[in-house]
Amino acid sequence: MIKKPEQGMTIIVKTITRYTVVLILLFGIYFIMNGHLVHGGGFAGGIIVALSYMHVMLAFGKEVAMKRITDKTIQFLVGLGSLSFLILGILGMTKGYFMYNFFRTPGVDYIGKPFSLFSSGIMPLMNLAICLAVASGFFSVFLALIFYRLSEDKK
Amino acid sequence: MIQIQIILVFMIIAAAIAIGTADLLGSVVAIGAVGLGLSIVFLLLQSPDLAILQLVVEILSLVIIIRAVGIKDKVNVRERRFIATTISIILMGIFLTFANIALLEIPGFGTPIMKIGSEYLKNGFVQTGVPNIVSAIILDYRAFDMLAQVSIAFASIIAVLMIIRKKVYKEKQ
Amino acid sequence: MIEYILTFILFTLGLYAILIKRNLIKIIIGLSIMEYSMNVFLILVGYKNGATIPVFTSLTEPRPDAMVDPVVQAMILTLVVMSLAVTFLLITIAMRIYDKYGTYDIRELNKLKG
Repeated sequence: MIKKPEQGMTIIVKTITRYTVVLILLFGIYFIMNGHLVHGGGFAGGIIVALSYMHVMLAFGKEVAMKRITDKTIQFLVGLGSLSFLILGILGMTKGYFMYNFFRTPGVDYIGKPFSLFSSGIMPLMNLAICLAVASGFFSVFLALIFYRLSEDKK
Repeated sequence: MIQIQIILVFMIIAAAIAIGTADLLGSVVAIGAVGLGLSIVFLLLQSPDLAILQLVVEILSLVIIIRAVGIKDKVNVRERRFIATTISIILMGIFLTFANIALLEIPGFGTPIMKIGSEYLKNGFVQTGVPNIVSAIILDYRAFDMLAQVSIAFASIIAVLMIIRKKVYKEKQ
Repeated sequence: MIEYILTFILFTLGLYAILIKRNLIKIIIGLSIMEYSMNVFLILVGYKNGATIPVFTSLTEPRPDAMVDPVVQAMILTLVVMSLAVTFLLITIAMRIYDKYGTYDIRELNKLKG
């Protein structure tokens, strides 16, 4: 990617971007996975993941970044995020009512072991669904605004 | 608390600069300063969830608004309009008067009425097993809010793509 | 009490921008300022003197009496992302208007033909 000097920014920006974009992506994933234990959650993590993709696109140019992730994938992910949240709610109807936490055993406190990563039932899955919807949706808005050409840009 | 008053005065000055300046790019940068001040206020008022979210949202909206402002717009004429300005200032004075009267009804700063919140704080950790009570409220007690909000975000994204897409479709024909 | 009055002044500045200014970007900025002031006002109502964040750290020593109100924070968490989506929609409509009329000035938007 670094061999094409005509696209994107200068070589200093490209070199630093190659090392920092992975750290930004890991920071977002940490927020999503620990959203039910400490601060953070699906929204903040999803927007950080979208910002890391925007970082690649701003530094390397449109054509290089669109080889990695195509528009078909983004369309699929936007639908999947919103739909999986609804499916998680409907799955609760097998045990009780809509949006019921179906990992809960009645009469027992503390779903799972408290302060551990895989506890509290469906809440980490809900955070993951929110992250998918928010990240792919806002990134698709950014893509649409980048590819939209105003009448003044053409002159 | 004196820190919050200082940061609120800073936010008011930055908002006045954002509204009054003649340069559009300068006003967008000033609105970024207002948002970052808001993030520090959230951190001082013991809500780090909102501080993280506000910081990230501010960066994203700044990138999007700069895309729209990066066009040369020549219309930047300052003018005086006495009648419209007078009517607006009278309206704002009416708003400030009624807001200050309504201020007598709510409890003072630092002594809230927590009828629902104390119940959530007392029982929330035992019933759900989540140490973060804000996550427990938005994902378990009030999950319908979250479902509605995800659908609203989805609908707005579809609307943005539809408004943009019409131009591309017309060019292909 | 001074904090509440400062947030009202911030709200009034946003109202001034919406009523007086004739540039579309300035109107969107005024709407953002009004949203900010409302967020600060709601979070000021839920603050308790000497309280900490609503996150438990140990099983043996829970202190639910010394925590701030979590319901207000949950409401604002759903409101911040909503305002971001509204800003996106307004920016998109403003760019389409610029494409059709060539300016952001709202006095020029006087053609009713489709």
